[in-house]
Amino acid sequence: MDNSFDVIIIGAGVTGCAIARELSRYDCSVLVIEKDEDVCCGTSKANSGLVHAGYDAKPGSLKAKMNIRGNELMTALCEELYIPFKRIGSLVVCTDEANRAGIEDLYARGITNEVPDMRILEADEVREIEPNISDDVVCALYAPTAGVICPFRLNIALGECAEQNGVEFMFDTKVTDIRRTANGWSVVTDKDTFITRAVVNAAGCHADELHNLVSDKKYHITARRGDYMLLDRSLDGFVKHIIFPQPTKMGKGILVTPTVHGNTLIGPTAVDTDDKDEAPVTADGLVKVQEGAAKNVKGLPIKQVITGFSGLRAHEDGGEFILEEAEGCPGFFDCVGIESPGLTGCPAVGEYMAEMISGKLSLKLKDTWNGICKDVVRPFELSSEDREKLIKENPEFGRIICRCETITEGEIIDSIRRPLGARSLDGVKRRTRAGMGRCQGGFCSPRVMEILSRELGLPLDEITKSGGDSKIVIGRTKDEG
Amino acid sequence: METRELTCINCPMGCRISVVMEGDDIISVTGNTCKRGFVYACNEVRSPVRTVTTTIKVTGGVADRVSCKTKEPVPKDKIFEVMEAINQASCKAPVAIGDVLIEDCAGTGIPVVATKAVFPA
Amino acid sequence: MKADIVIVGGGPAGLASAIAAAKEDSTLDILILERDHELGGILNQCIHNGFGLHTFNEELTGPEYAARFEEQLDGLGIRYMLDTMVLDVDSSAVTAVNSNEGVFTVECGAIVLCMGCRERPRGALNIPGLRPAGVFTAGTAQRLVNIEGYMPGREVVILGSGDIGLIMARRMTLEGAKVKAVCELMPYSGGLKRNIVQCLDDFDIPLLLSHTVIDIKGKERVTSVVIAEVDDHSKPIPGTEQEIACDTLLLSCGLIPENELSREAGVAINPATNGPVVNESFETSIPGVFACGNVLHVHDLVDYVSEESGRAGRSAARYVKNKGNGGGPVIQVKNGSGVRYTVPSTVRVNELDGDLVIRFRSGNVYKDSYIDVTFDGGSKLHRRKPIITPGEMEQVILKKEDLDPAPSEILIKITEN
Repeated sequence: MDNSFDVIIIGAGVTGCAIARELSRYDCSVLVIEKDEDVCCGTSKANSGLVHAGYDAKPGSLKAKMNIRGNELMTALCEELYIPFKRIGSLVVCTDEANRAGIEDLYARGITNEVPDMRILEADEVREIEPNISDDVVCALYAPTAGVICPFRLNIALGECAEQNGVEFMFDTKVTDIRRTANGWSVVTDKDTFITRAVVNAAGCHADELHNLVSDKKYHITARRGDYMLLDRSLDGFVKHIIFPQPTKMGKGILVTPTVHGNTLIGPTAVDTDDKDEAPVTADGLVKVQEGAAKNVKGLPIKQVITGFSGLRAHEDGGEFILEEAEGCPGFFDCVGIESPGLTGCPAVGEYMAEMISGKLSLKLKDTWNGICKDVVRPFELSSEDREKLIKENPEFGRIICRCETITEGEIIDSIRRPLGARSLDGVKRRTRAGMGRCQGGFCSPRVMEILSRELGLPLDEITKSGGDSKIVIGRTKDEG
Repeated sequence: METRELTCINCPMGCRISVVMEGDDIISVTGNTCKRGFVYACNEVRSPVRTVTTTIKVTGGVADRVSCKTKEPVPKDKIFEVMEAINQASCKAPVAIGDVLIEDCAGTGIPVVATKAVFPA
Repeated sequence: MKADIVIVGGGPAGLASAIAAAKEDSTLDILILERDHELGGILNQCIHNGFGLHTFNEELTGPEYAARFEEQLDGLGIRYMLDTMVLDVDSSAVTAVNSNEGVFTVECGAIVLCMGCRERPRGALNIPGLRPAGVFTAGTAQRLVNIEGYMPGREVVILGSGDIGLIMARRMTLEGAKVKAVCELMPYSGGLKRNIVQCLDDFDIPLLLSHTVIDIKGKERVTSVVIAEVDDHSKPIPGTEQEIACDTLLLSCGLIPENELSREAGVAINPATNGPVVNESFETSIPGVFACGNVLHVHDLVDYVSEESGRAGRSAARYVKNKGNGGGPVIQVKNGSGVRYTVPSTVRVNELDGDLVIRFRSGNVYKDSYIDVTFDGGSKLHRRKPIITPGEMEQVILKKEDLDPAPSEILIKITEN
């Protein structure tokens, strides 16, 4: 690899990958450096999977702008990249007459932010569209443009599309220093040093550290941990919309929502933490998630939980997205403080940053650019005719590996062989959903390990859960030592 | 006199059996609900035995491990010696259920037999 | 495609029901659909012994026990398809997929559901902590060790004292791992006594009752777990925490019958078993759809699965032959105090295949108590039991002639002394 690039993006989360895809429209060399083994491993891997309507953010803020624009762009983007996305609408539920004004304020803010088609629904109207809503419901802000998306596919597809248009990726590579050079920057990593005209800092919870390496104006990010619980798909339809409580200073509160794949998701809590890399689920958090969900939805069968997980949000002290060339640092572009609505906003952030960077670097658009990137081939989403043809040509598409989500060997092989292919159990899971169902990989993980081992040409005991030292088995039985 | 308390393992009943001993002599056995319990208790206090079930390496087969067991129970204090002997051994496919894989395992005089078939690769 | 009987699953229940159906009527075309690449189901990884004492009067390992059934298939003309996943079941057809046929539908006269069960995963247990590699359900670890020949780890803590967990404590120990503790949330073990003796006591592995795991540590691979004692409400008691260094946590915290197909087909499910509601013939709420084995209710002995599945298979064969079911009295079987559930839930006396076997589990540990059976409130059986535990299935057998005249209700309960 030539060590010199026009642009180096640090971080292969949803923000980094969205910018990479947008920059791949231009005639320039782009490298994405990621400290983890795959795209979608930091703040992007554990969140609510929502596309927000845009009434929350402060009018005039970048958060508001990116939210509204991101929401607008999302339908077309999801078509181009085959990302599961459903605009199911959201409800911010008021359960105390005394707080009705809060709903009206939110509505007014939404109007200022130009959120389309919002309405305030009275209790009866809410019950009609959401039968399991709390009996205490007084009214709710309904925003039909909110939706649920597969956050993994969004991130992965943006990365795959960027790669297909020439962007290079380096995984398991940690940036240790960034230094100014005569014409740009030198990015020092634990593997190698790279020269670049521009740096994009999309490092999630670590973006403040990278920024503070180069700039005198200091930022400070707090990792804000949130616990979630995911319930079985058998509850599909228990709630039909994204159901929020009224927001507080710490965020949008504990929501109840169907996921795009028909599970029910509840959470998150919001607890500031010192650890920017690891988010343990806490007993206290799981209790709070259940209590929070029960305030707005009645009779939720919590026993149908299939997993709990925890994610981090990168909260900057100023509470705003920082999307700019760092002060006094020409060619160093910050994406700092990307918390909610970061997922919703990513297409807009990509567009906004690419425009800024291409302007500064005087980049020219390429003659050809392919914005389409197909998903893993999914036999059970094909017509029966196409599926029969596929299985006849590739019998592995008729062999079910993940029973719970009906995922075939063919899909798993595809997820490994495609651009930016999966290299771990979690990588396969995020690309195919194998292991994401009710048995949580109990049956399929040994089979997926075998397929990974065969496809990657690695011994089975080298296969990891999520890269690094997360090896799943430690060696063979009957071995010496 | 010494009383040894045992839990019978012959069946899911798990009878709690008391064996009163005078040196090596069994004075009484109580708590068992069947004759097998009586026999178990007597053996368990004199010379406890266990069937060892594990796997053994196979070459040339569709699998590279096959399940196996000691054909008869072996002395309890020989379990790890038996395991060591099995771990060092290997057999060749094809393997049929009941095939003797080790004639005399770890000097117990008891063979190790296959409990599953392995077809040639 | 057509068959007289389709059996969904080729594990112990599927094999026994197919064989019994074929023996009942040799003219029937019976097809087993199995999702794995071999028959035998979970028996293939259960390489320990203790199977077959009731069925064959000898002690066999899981694979040997399965082979005894598999040997009979060819002679009886029973067909089977491997690597075949059933996608959908309705009252007279089964839709499945495999790599040879693609998606295909088999029209049939009767269906026997034999899908078995799955283990409760970590996520369903709400165990706090990080999510590193090294957390396995006991059954996944069992497959890795016994079939694939790989070691999940070197230093092990096991949560839950279900039988698979106990068996794996011994198995990992024999393969050179150190099993540091088995923690059980309840004040009693969920496993069989013989397994506690042979798998834990023999190897001096401590069984910590009323203990649970309250934290999992380790970023990439498990480095330790924190355990604590729990109070009567299963809540951890502050001050009792202890951290145990380990690289592996195995979970053996209960089995869940795999009834997604049944539910989608509209089969009525008993919330106490998570399995179908069945009558004396193991027929579900959908006529012609039968269920047996661990998909019906979780068993602790495979011999009972085989016996029960034989009855289900014979019933399916008779159903195909006779179509309609005869009339006659229907008895409701109810569970009283101390009894979590009964199988079956209803009995049509005219359809009884020999004596009536009612199986049930207790909801607690009862020492020196009585199993009571009443017919319409009148005592029919009062049997002393030294110990009844939720981990071990109980049964009462009522002779067919005792059900004439038939009561309208049979109640089973546990009476404490």
